[in-house]
Amino acid sequence: MGIRLDGVSVSYGGTTVLDSLDLTVEPGEFTALLGPSGSGKTTALRTVAGFVRPDSGRVHLGGRDVTDLPPYDRGVGMVVQSYALFPHMRVERNVAFGLRAQGVPRNEVASRVTEALEMTGMGSYARRYPRELSGGQQQRVAISRALAIRPKVLLLDEPLSALDARLRAEMTDELARLHRELPDLTVLHVTHDQGEALTLADRVAVLDRARLREYDTPRALYDRPRTAFTAGFVGSANLLPARLEGDRVRVCGLELPVSPEDLPAGTADGAGLQVCLRPHRIVLGPAEHTLRGTVTDLSWRGSVHHLTVDVDGRSVTVELAGHRTPPGPGGAVELGFDRDDAVLIPVGEEP
Amino acid sequence: MLVHDRLTRRAIQALFALLFLPLFALPLGVIVAASFSTGWSGALPSGPTLDNYAVAFGPQTLEALRVSVVTALVASVCALVIGTWAALSAASMGPKGRRIMDALFMLPVAVPTVVVGLALLVAFSRPPVLLNGTHTIVFLAHTVLVTAFAYQSVSAALTRLDPVYGQVAASLGARPARTLFLVRLPLLLPSLGAATGLCFALSMGELSATMMLYPPDWTPLPVRIFAATDRGALFTGSAFAVVLMATTLLVMFALSLVRTRAGHR
Repeated sequence: MGIRLDGVSVSYGGTTVLDSLDLTVEPGEFTALLGPSGSGKTTALRTVAGFVRPDSGRVHLGGRDVTDLPPYDRGVGMVVQSYALFPHMRVERNVAFGLRAQGVPRNEVASRVTEALEMTGMGSYARRYPRELSGGQQQRVAISRALAIRPKVLLLDEPLSALDARLRAEMTDELARLHRELPDLTVLHVTHDQGEALTLADRVAVLDRARLREYDTPRALYDRPRTAFTAGFVGSANLLPARLEGDRVRVCGLELPVSPEDLPAGTADGAGLQVCLRPHRIVLGPAEHTLRGTVTDLSWRGSVHHLTVDVDGRSVTVELAGHRTPPGPGGAVELGFDRDDAVLIPVGEEP
Repeated sequence: MLVHDRLTRRAIQALFALLFLPLFALPLGVIVAASFSTGWSGALPSGPTLDNYAVAFGPQTLEALRVSVVTALVASVCALVIGTWAALSAASMGPKGRRIMDALFMLPVAVPTVVVGLALLVAFSRPPVLLNGTHTIVFLAHTVLVTAFAYQSVSAALTRLDPVYGQVAASLGARPARTLFLVRLPLLLPSLGAATGLCFALSMGELSATMMLYPPDWTPLPVRIFAATDRGALFTGSAFAVVLMATTLLVMFALSLVRTRAGHR
């Protein structure tokens, strides 16, 4: 069952929290809503769940307009950051809750509960109370509870944010596995963690300040960001001011050849642009294109070194992996990159 | 603890005891002492006796105690149902509706209880609704007086209740009634227990409105205490008071057991 939002707008007391959002999630697709806090991503999810009524626009589930349907008639599973397991019920009763609410025959409930708990490896915890479980276990139960009703659509509202780093990685793998095992399940996953979004999602919708900025595959967003916001929010980026001159782009004294398809739509000759360079795509020493600069800072991050280099008064970050003795502050360095690693994006934000 | 220094902590505890004991504990202790005496002219009560309790456990007083307990139970159960219902409705209203509800339920607290009693007496003394001289008017008065407290404690608990529980229940397909009875009310249970205890205790001690309304065959214990002391039987009255106090504490203790068990689940 697919999800389609058509021009969905929501505002609270004069503040627009979601501005005419159009979003289509194909059946069986895992889509991440990625954005900083206040970007409207949670509101978008809540319009799908039915807890927020859009001021305008329609919400469709599987081709059916559900905008006026109450949450309990929508048949979407939901997992929230705080788990929200019912503390007065044992795990099995928590998982059975949705089945009973939907009138599943009594003799079937027990087997469906077991099945849902087995899916997340929580089968042996059925008799426990939520308070007797760790955070990660509680989140597994919450996922089981949502999946027990066999929803066509699963909504995940920052489900991993309350977990520590190690558990988060573990649960990310778990969600990826569930997505593989349940190919018909459409998932909408709200997160502010780009790692989660890139790992799990088939497509990522980047939201910022109540608007959808970009909606594409993680790979495309990462390799070919089309806005400065995406470039900076999905992975880290060096953004260097540039100018289009005929079939070349001038940046920091270099000239890069461009073909029309590289350019953002509607860029006029002589117009300002930005060149996005990923820190880990830059190498020390000459390459296809080479910048020269002076090291201003060096920091060690375990597996990589972060080098800050001053190039014509611009600070450029370089991520170096596997260098035992990177150049220290004050050293002159050459920064090389390939033409393919430089992505052209428009200046500033579109409205 | 903000204060770590052991000496300071002791000093604060001593100060608390100094303020607490004379104000709260001592008067109660005096009542207990008086209930075992026949006279009190010196520093200490004299003439130790159990006669007061012989009267206190006589049929008339026990009947009054039964009346009080039944009244308090009926009033607190009614108050709990009405107060919870009203608090749930108020929570689903906008801020304006909620303010009106809050003000409405403050009314019986703000108005002197004597006035509430008089109002009920005047309102229900003639047909079509003639309640004067029945048990019902006592139940009614107590319910009106304690519902405000039930409403307030349930309201406070509702604002603390994370709406996400109800939302998750709805997403699982539970209609509002199922969500209310299987999720929201059970989560409110500790507060409901506390509210019941409070209402029960308040109703057990209610005198001023009751005085204006009680029919001869439905005399609650506080009225008996007042009557006893009014005719000068201070020590018998003290024994009645101790019985009233002990019963109230016993019921509240039982309720707190239910509450902690609910909280542990």
